[in-house]
Amino acid sequence: MSRAYRHNLNGSTLRAGALQLEIKDVTLRFGGVRALDGVAFNVAQGDIHAIIGPNGAGKTSLLNCISGLYRPQVGEIILHYGEGAVRNLVRTRPGAIARLGVARTFQNIELFRQMTVLENLMLGRHVHMKHRLAASFLYYGPSQKQEIRERELVEEVIDLLEIQSVRTKQVGALAYGFQKRVELGRALCMQPALLLLDEPMAGMNAEEKEDMARFILDVNDLAGVTTVLIEHDMGVIMDISDRVSVLDFGRCIADGSPAEVGSDQAVRDAYLGQEAHA
Amino acid sequence: MSRGLERRAATDPLPVDDATTLPKLLAELDRRFADTRIAVQEKRYGIWQPISWRDLHARVRDFAHGLASLGVRPGEVVAVLGDNRPEWLVAELAAQSLGACTVGIYPTSVGEEIVHVLTDGQVRVVVAEDQEQVDKIIDLKDRLPGIEKVIYYDTRGLELYEVPYLMEFTAVEATGREWGEAHQGWLDEQIAAGRGDDVAVICTTSGTTGRPKLAMLSHANLLEMGRSLNMVDPIGVESRYLSFLPLAWIGEQMIAVACGLQLGFTLSFAEEAGTQRADLRELGPNVMFSPPRIWEDMLSSIMVRVGEAGWLKRKAFAWGQAVGDRYAETRLKGEKAGLLLRLQHRVADWVALRPVRDQLGLTRIDRAYTGGAPLGPDVFRFFHSIGVNLKQIYGQTEICGIAVMHTDDDIKFATVGKPCPGTDIRIADNGEILLKSKAVFHGYYGNEAATAEAIDAEGWLHTGDAGYLDEHGHLVVIDRAKDVMEMPDGTRFSPAFIENKLKFSPYVDEAVVFWQDGSSDITAILTIDPATVGAWAEHRRLGYTTYTDLAGKAEVRELIAEEVARANEDLPESVRVRRFLLLHKQFDPDDDEITRTRKVRRRVINERYATIIEGLVEGAPEVQIKSVVTYQDGTTATRDITLQIVSMDGFTPKHPGARRSLFGSNA
Repeated sequence: MSRAYRHNLNGSTLRAGALQLEIKDVTLRFGGVRALDGVAFNVAQGDIHAIIGPNGAGKTSLLNCISGLYRPQVGEIILHYGEGAVRNLVRTRPGAIARLGVARTFQNIELFRQMTVLENLMLGRHVHMKHRLAASFLYYGPSQKQEIRERELVEEVIDLLEIQSVRTKQVGALAYGFQKRVELGRALCMQPALLLLDEPMAGMNAEEKEDMARFILDVNDLAGVTTVLIEHDMGVIMDISDRVSVLDFGRCIADGSPAEVGSDQAVRDAYLGQEAHA
Repeated sequence: MSRGLERRAATDPLPVDDATTLPKLLAELDRRFADTRIAVQEKRYGIWQPISWRDLHARVRDFAHGLASLGVRPGEVVAVLGDNRPEWLVAELAAQSLGACTVGIYPTSVGEEIVHVLTDGQVRVVVAEDQEQVDKIIDLKDRLPGIEKVIYYDTRGLELYEVPYLMEFTAVEATGREWGEAHQGWLDEQIAAGRGDDVAVICTTSGTTGRPKLAMLSHANLLEMGRSLNMVDPIGVESRYLSFLPLAWIGEQMIAVACGLQLGFTLSFAEEAGTQRADLRELGPNVMFSPPRIWEDMLSSIMVRVGEAGWLKRKAFAWGQAVGDRYAETRLKGEKAGLLLRLQHRVADWVALRPVRDQLGLTRIDRAYTGGAPLGPDVFRFFHSIGVNLKQIYGQTEICGIAVMHTDDDIKFATVGKPCPGTDIRIADNGEILLKSKAVFHGYYGNEAATAEAIDAEGWLHTGDAGYLDEHGHLVVIDRAKDVMEMPDGTRFSPAFIENKLKFSPYVDEAVVFWQDGSSDITAILTIDPATVGAWAEHRRLGYTTYTDLAGKAEVRELIAEEVARANEDLPESVRVRRFLLLHKQFDPDDDEITRTRKVRRRVINERYATIIEGLVEGAPEVQIKSVVTYQDGTTATRDITLQIVSMDGFTPKHPGARRSLFGSNA
């Protein structure tokens, strides 16, 4: 009777280090504004890949392109979702992208506030569940079995994120840090191949940030889920990420290990402002 | 109060003789109940996960074989470091099967405390719960050369560790299974060779006076105590019991292990610390044993929630509680309540008291016990008024936790009851309480000098507590003998009594009083309860940032002064608190200021806050202190803090009787 988890949260079948996501020359225009301008970089399976940049650099726009909410005018976003299986995410509907194993959280929490934590997490299993109206409504037979089976995985996520004490509470009534954790949980319940986190630690105090960083590391270490995250706290980025891409005014100005990026002059200029040239 | 007890016929405890040990009882329970009854259930993944007696027995045997294969010998000490989980019990019973014993370490312990227990106990094998506990041992390993194996059972985060002396619990069980097959009958011989006199567990004393000592308790000690508790209050096999206090504490060992294995009731473990209250309510236990802190916390939470409720609910509760109080008082006097009072009580119970019990998870409770430290009579009385049969237990780790207790319907709030069957009591000439029974411990591990001080040649246990027997044969415990204060007229008084009066306020978390013998100049250091005072401040739109900031607010001082004034009303003129001060921080076991069981360490307080105490005694208007703050990254900062001393001379409460409006006229 081991206490180890029985379910694997990683939905990807690629081996660690393999190419998983290719962002090729992506340009996104809103009228005359170029939100993204020829952005290109790769994400490897099993990495924690951080995207950083000043406000308005296009970080969230890029995440929205990957998850299908925005459609870039130029470029391709190629997802490798199995041995030899590739799909261009541009022009794929968000629902189909989710079924390919891309899960995400939002900068402003997007949970169902009137529902409990458990119900929100069960929703994360939705893509894996088959429903027949009558059977689900009456809760018998295969529907009941399915619900119980899915609940087991959800409970492991609850255990992993240490949210047992709020399991049956309404999400809207929870503290902000808990809501952020629930949102991460809902994404994990999808058993994602690729996890997109949009500022998972925004607005948190130091202790909450430490907790969240630990959860992200746990998810990555234990399950090997590839994580692409946007974050502003440079300390956190340098500590937990394997690779960093820097955006500035819609362009990718640097891409490399945290140490390389940290010593890059272009990055320093973007963050600290260029010295005035007299 | 004892509704349902008749229905649930108490089963007789298993027969016990000189050769009975806990592992033998486990085997007997397996024979009796096999898969038909649940031995242990743990809430995990949102549901109660049961383990039958048969399965528990099998796991204990596997783990015992595993320990044997690791070279654990009879008489050795195996340490367990973690929260209450089935594995804790398995490890304990497995060690006992081999003739070894366990010492529990409080899961919140850090550094020096862990080193002390592991070194003094000459421990070689530690069973640690999870990454957090394993990390503690790894960090301390340089100072613990004797540790050979660390066995963990929650694998999360430990998968990638490459530490040679780590081993997973299930791996030990698996090796044990193989080892057992190669050594058929060996374990049965070991168990059969066990005697009641063998040491079963080592419990650390609370150590209010110094480093915790390791008290050795035998199987016979534990079983005798369980037997006498069951003679006073039969606990049936159907009883529900939630084990949420550390198993390192004698109180938890006493009910969960000693009574559990003698009676065969199901032991339940909470999911995690944050869900204890919810799990308690879900389970609805019949029996509960908790230190005063738990009861005080429950009372605070009721007071706060009643205070925040609408006027109708407040009125209903105030009325219901007053009726409940009258009803309880009549019954405890041994009188029969009149018809009108009975009717009133029926209604009060329905509209006000039962709902409150339900919120606390106490609807099914037949008997609740408090022990480990003195509980204020007001808290006591409150629980009786809402229909909880709360009883005091007096004992020490050295006598397995129970020596003196209240019997049903012979409860007096100021006493701790009468000696249990088989316990002799004597008051020494200097007023010290002496106890003698079969439950008196075997001595401190590796400390014969201390043992000789505790047990005299005739076998009397010297408790170090001062007390007397009242005219009804009830024991009244005054306080630790060296803490008893002498009033100007020469009578003796208990500082704990004053402290409990102060702590009865929901806003006061801890109180420590200071005095000089022969003087009535009494002062106190108080800490506030951040939850209740914080809620109070929010209601008054009083902004605050940290605990230090909140405790420094003039409004909060005013609030606490009123609470102190109210406590003073109940105290004799000569022992009223003259001055007090709100400390800038809470007492913390990590700072050694209180023990892991939350008893104040006076010696530490006296040393650390010497300047504050000096200021209080002199009657200065304020004191300056330097506070050193250690941040998480290890850097420290020193801040100067000024603490105001509040004098109660001439203080008149602005809102006299404020509590009465909350609580009804139960003064």
